[in-house]
Amino acid sequence: MARFRCPGCDYVYDEDAGDPHEGWPPGTKLADIDPDWACPDCGVREQQDFVPVEG
Amino acid sequence: MAASVPVETPTLEWRDTKRYAWLLGAVIPLIPFLAWGLVEWTGLDVFWYFGPVFVFVVIPLLDLVVGLDPNNPPDDVIEHLENDKYYRWITYAFLPLQYLCIVWTAWMVTRPEYDLADRIGMAVSAGIVAGIAINTAHELGHKKEKHERWLSRVALAHTFYGHFFIEHNRGHHVRVATPEDPASSKLGETIWAFLPRTVLGSLRSAWGLEKRRMQRRGISPWTLRNDVLNAWAMSAVLWGGLVLAFGVGVLPFLLIQAVVGIWLLESVNYLEHYGMRRQRTESGRYERVNPSHSWNSNNIGTNVLLYHLQRHSDHHANPTRRYQALRDFPEAPVLPTGYAGMIVLTWIPALWRRVMDKRVVAHFGGDVTRANILPGKEERYRAAYPLPSDAAGSAAA
Repeated sequence: MARFRCPGCDYVYDEDAGDPHEGWPPGTKLADIDPDWACPDCGVREQQDFVPVEG
Repeated sequence: MAASVPVETPTLEWRDTKRYAWLLGAVIPLIPFLAWGLVEWTGLDVFWYFGPVFVFVVIPLLDLVVGLDPNNPPDDVIEHLENDKYYRWITYAFLPLQYLCIVWTAWMVTRPEYDLADRIGMAVSAGIVAGIAINTAHELGHKKEKHERWLSRVALAHTFYGHFFIEHNRGHHVRVATPEDPASSKLGETIWAFLPRTVLGSLRSAWGLEKRRMQRRGISPWTLRNDVLNAWAMSAVLWGGLVLAFGVGVLPFLLIQAVVGIWLLESVNYLEHYGMRRQRTESGRYERVNPSHSWNSNNIGTNVLLYHLQRHSDHHANPTRRYQALRDFPEAPVLPTGYAGMIVLTWIPALWRRVMDKRVVAHFGGDVTRANILPGKEERYRAAYPLPSDAAGSAAA
């Protein structure tokens, strides 16, 4: 499981936690999310733009 | 990105000269009380219309007199500035005043001593407050903190516009300056054609966004967990409460103030991205939103009263950034005056086009085909603003 950051803001998508409010249950891989799903915080960048967070 | 470096300000010398000026935003929800004071003082009923006069006469004149604001916070103070809670309390303070305004005006319009013209004036002035409250809601709705997003919906309750906080953040910001965005106006589109397109299109989009979110969660969209419905529920409670307290006679007042508020907000939407278009990249996606996709204005008067909304380019590039930390970008297209004065121009579409169309074309380096043109008007614009290659008679790309 990995974490990914929106390059437009500080939002982090954590695959362990998912984002249940957005409809992604815990354990949802980023790769399984729609590429056009926009960052829920800034709306400026999309799933395909997210970058892995180290550590 | 080198193109987005704002105007440099030496860090050591920087201080927020607008720190206390932001308190002036609280003048807006006091407009109905100022109107009442002016009517009482002068005996002239016409002052019930003080709201529109303040926004469309006083503020534009103030912008012309006070002028521009070159002050930009440097990069290394932005975080500190954003964390200074003083600034967010100013936006929170708007809300109780805004509610005081609608309750007081609802009471006033049901009093027998005022005639119809007075009451319409009260409703229109309250509508100006409700419209600018959408601006406060806008500032709050972009924040990551849950309570601020909740307060955003509270501020939108007056106008039944709670869906704005969904559509604006997850629809408009994603599709801004593209033909698909109902809230980005097109070159050649009048405000009167834009209004129904943005109001209905934004409503449809907000519902679709929440419906899809509910589908992913495996629940029906008909639930109060749907943010569109829970936001409207707040309006139903507010309007219902006012009808219970003051009778059904307040309904026309509530309708007028909501329509005025929505019209004011959508008028601002109209001028923020007029004609702007993001180009497609090789992959077929739209280029990233950058400062050149939004119209800006650096007039201090409107900027202070609208929490830096006119530093719209930085807002679209960094939507969660707090108002006090927004900066001006030299490469952003600039409106000839503040938003308030520009709204007056929208009332006369021929005049609007005369002022704005050439600026849109100049922004695209003379190439009108790069603008977001109203479908059906491409040929006319191409003829009015020929490319150098057109003039030479060669086949244009």
